[in-house]
Amino acid sequence: MITLKYFARLRDVAGKGEETLDREELTVSELLDWAEQTYPGFGADNVQVAVNEDYALKEDTIRSGDVCAFIPPVSGG
Amino acid sequence: MKPFEIVEEPIDVKQYMDYVLHPSAGAVTVFTGNVREWTHGVRTLYLSYEAYVPMAEKKMAEIGAEMEEKWPGVRVAIAHRIGELQISDIAVVIAVSSPHRKAAYEANEYAIDRIKEVVPIWKKEIWEDGEEWIGAQKKYPSKGVE
Repeated sequence: MITLKYFARLRDVAGKGEETLDREELTVSELLDWAEQTYPGFGADNVQVAVNEDYALKEDTIRSGDVCAFIPPVSGG
Repeated sequence: MKPFEIVEEPIDVKQYMDYVLHPSAGAVTVFTGNVREWTHGVRTLYLSYEAYVPMAEKKMAEIGAEMEEKWPGVRVAIAHRIGELQISDIAVVIAVSSPHRKAAYEANEYAIDRIKEVVPIWKKEIWEDGEEWIGAQKKYPSKGVE
């Protein structure tokens, strides 16, 4: 089970702030593909993924128990 | 207060200045980012900020560590407010002390640049006739241009 978190524009697109995904293992790239297919207009090309609160690379592996956050372009300050 | 924190209440600048001040500090720079009413001719009514709080605080602390490495002797405190902010409210404060002023100025500017790059905080602009999450994917609101 992987926890997924959505913020800002992506929370609106997904219609939720958090959910779980029943998978044992997948790559960041596969997770982004899943999100794009699940939520039309997700815009995965402009989204980074943080795994356990650190930015992850597309080829990194996500495992059951990890917390993943979809990070759209930030705009703090 | 914590030296690197996300807060929901109005920011009290002085407590971050006080945190970085110590006997070897000869200079303190304080930057505040404030809510601006007009952006590219579009009037903002207010802003709404959201953060991935634990990661945002962690990233701000990492920026502080980068600054201490680049400018030895600096002491840093950073706070960013989330929730609804009105015009002129302080969204972010960065306080930096150093033995001499040059490092305090340079390190402070580095901090705001890095915050805008890596800290998971998002701003939504609310206008009279709409609203939009702001991000680097758009240079400025598409509002009114169909």
